[in-house]
Amino acid sequence: MTSSEQAELIVFIILAPLAVVTALGMVLTRNAVYSALLLVVNFFCLAGFYVLLEAQFVAAVQVIVYAGAIMVLFLFVLMLLGIGNEVVVKEQMRGQRPAAVLLALGLLVAIVGALAAGVFDAEPASLAAANEGGNVEAIGRILFTRYTFAFETAGILLVVAAVGALVLGKRQP
Amino acid sequence: MTGTVWDIFILLVKVVGVFAALMVTVLLTIWLERRIVAFMQTRVGPNRVGPFGVLQTLADGIKLFFKEDVRPSNADKLLYGVAPVIMMIPAFLAFSVIPFGFAFGSERAQLADLNVGLLFVLAMGSLQVYGIVLAGWASGSNYPLLGAVRSSAQMISYEIAQGLSLVGVFMTAGTLSAAGIVAAQQGDPLLGFIPRWYVIFQFPLFLVFLLSGIAETNRAPFDLPEAESELVGGYHTEYSGVKFALFFLAEYLNIVTVSAVATTAFLGGPDGPAPDFLPWLWPILWFAAKVFFFIFIFIWLRATLPRLRFDRLMDFGWKVLIPVALAWVAVTAVVLVVDVNLPRPVLLGAIGVLLALLLLSFLLPSSDKEKADRTAPGGSTP
Amino acid sequence: MTTYFQAYGTFAALLVLSIAFVAVAFGANRLLRPNRPTPGKLTTYESGMDPVGTTWSQTQIRYYVFAFLFVIFDVESVFLFPWALVFADIGVAAFWEMVVFIGVLAIGLLYAFKKGVLRWA
Repeated sequence: MTSSEQAELIVFIILAPLAVVTALGMVLTRNAVYSALLLVVNFFCLAGFYVLLEAQFVAAVQVIVYAGAIMVLFLFVLMLLGIGNEVVVKEQMRGQRPAAVLLALGLLVAIVGALAAGVFDAEPASLAAANEGGNVEAIGRILFTRYTFAFETAGILLVVAAVGALVLGKRQP
Repeated sequence: MTGTVWDIFILLVKVVGVFAALMVTVLLTIWLERRIVAFMQTRVGPNRVGPFGVLQTLADGIKLFFKEDVRPSNADKLLYGVAPVIMMIPAFLAFSVIPFGFAFGSERAQLADLNVGLLFVLAMGSLQVYGIVLAGWASGSNYPLLGAVRSSAQMISYEIAQGLSLVGVFMTAGTLSAAGIVAAQQGDPLLGFIPRWYVIFQFPLFLVFLLSGIAETNRAPFDLPEAESELVGGYHTEYSGVKFALFFLAEYLNIVTVSAVATTAFLGGPDGPAPDFLPWLWPILWFAAKVFFFIFIFIWLRATLPRLRFDRLMDFGWKVLIPVALAWVAVTAVVLVVDVNLPRPVLLGAIGVLLALLLLSFLLPSSDKEKADRTAPGGSTP
Repeated sequence: MTTYFQAYGTFAALLVLSIAFVAVAFGANRLLRPNRPTPGKLTTYESGMDPVGTTWSQTQIRYYVFAFLFVIFDVESVFLFPWALVFADIGVAAFWEMVVFIGVLAIGLLYAFKKGVLRWA
């Protein structure tokens, strides 16, 4: 094992349990603000994993978008609603729990199926080749040539979701 | 193995050195601010502790250690203490990607040259919102909560403008790395005397960055989070003692960091004429001089401008800074793609000055009709 | 490879150092400060008046709109960063791709604006 592999292992051993604990804490905490903050810590653990995988851009984006924007939106909503220490936990949708169980099972089947079908069996291209000329540059090159359609679709989805939420929120004050 | 130990030793020396330098810079900045503002208001300012009062900040800091820590009884015990820490730590970390010189022998004068570079600074900046939101929420009090909601809205709005203002720099430099951006700004001066700094080729973005940087650090005239005439102390109303000191430290650390990023992205970083005598020292001096130039602008603006009203502040961010930044990115893109006979830097510089004039025209007194619109009721505080 | 981990190691060292700094500051404060709480001291500050009502005050919904806009623009700028780096290599195609992307965004915002969602107050 080289020294950098050792470092990788040590960081993983620190981060992985932390990620699991914060994820569980996020689900189990009654206080909404603590729950949101535990999720933020969990996002940081994920960013740490991305750094270990030499996916620096994804790590930075994880912090900027998830921790820095989406969770801030969550906290904003919490402050606007004025949820203090007690949260009324009431299921809004009927059949939410069975649906959640079904979806989770479906995801499990999909993952196991993909593993069984040998999706990950192919020999990986080397990390050095993938990150040639810098991680961000590599992502940009592939995103704006091969995955243009996905990129534009993501843009449309983003706008439709956001504008829809804004306009619907306005209608019912 | 000795190599590794030596590496770790060097690393520790650099980290501790940068940490100490940042602290000293903050102490100096606070003292400078008090002296300069005093000078502009024909007062004397602190002049008792140490030569010219330089040690005043240190004395104030030590004093805060002896202060009682008053925590309101309905504050959230844990988060009340965590908030100032969350505020301060990103401010320290953001500095780690800034190159403050060129090299000491084989070592570079920069803590970490990341491929994501300045994106890291933006990521750290986006975390500071948590410090403010939590401080306001955990205090369990009305003024801090209002201040927190308000200032987080302000910070997130200007964060966008700040991020967009760096896009043009990334486009021309072709890299995100701070060292790469500094390297891209070196080279022979244009026409013999104009340095290739992005302050010239990306002038509108420089203005956008500076303005949004001031708003991000919650400094006058964008200091609404702590508008004492409306919100007492804003999000840190309930704080005292060392916890208050951490908020104070974080604010000034942010000023230093924003100045350092502006220096790196727009003023060529440690670039500058260096005589042969002590060649490693000059870049550091240039860097420090440029950083203190920006710090002076921060102080000068505070002494000069009155505070903005909140709705106008948001308008300025969303309707002026973001469109200008986007438009300039488009202009840069066109200039970089289209083949022209003129050298591209000159073209960018010329268009930049025109656009900057347009931007500055927003500062001119508005016409009567507009004035009537703007003073119309309804735009009051939350 | 090693420089990569060295860079992030430096970052971790700075993180540890700043946490240590905070710990020392809090510890020193705990040892040095007086502690004489009185009920008056521990109430929340409302400019010398006794606090009225709950500790939470109603805030305008308009702040929520800005938080939402922030998320949209943040994602947009995240796409702009890699685009800025490779733009010169790919050339005109990349330019139009980004024009379409921002154009879609602008149309969406224009729609929201027409609906009066973005009006302050």
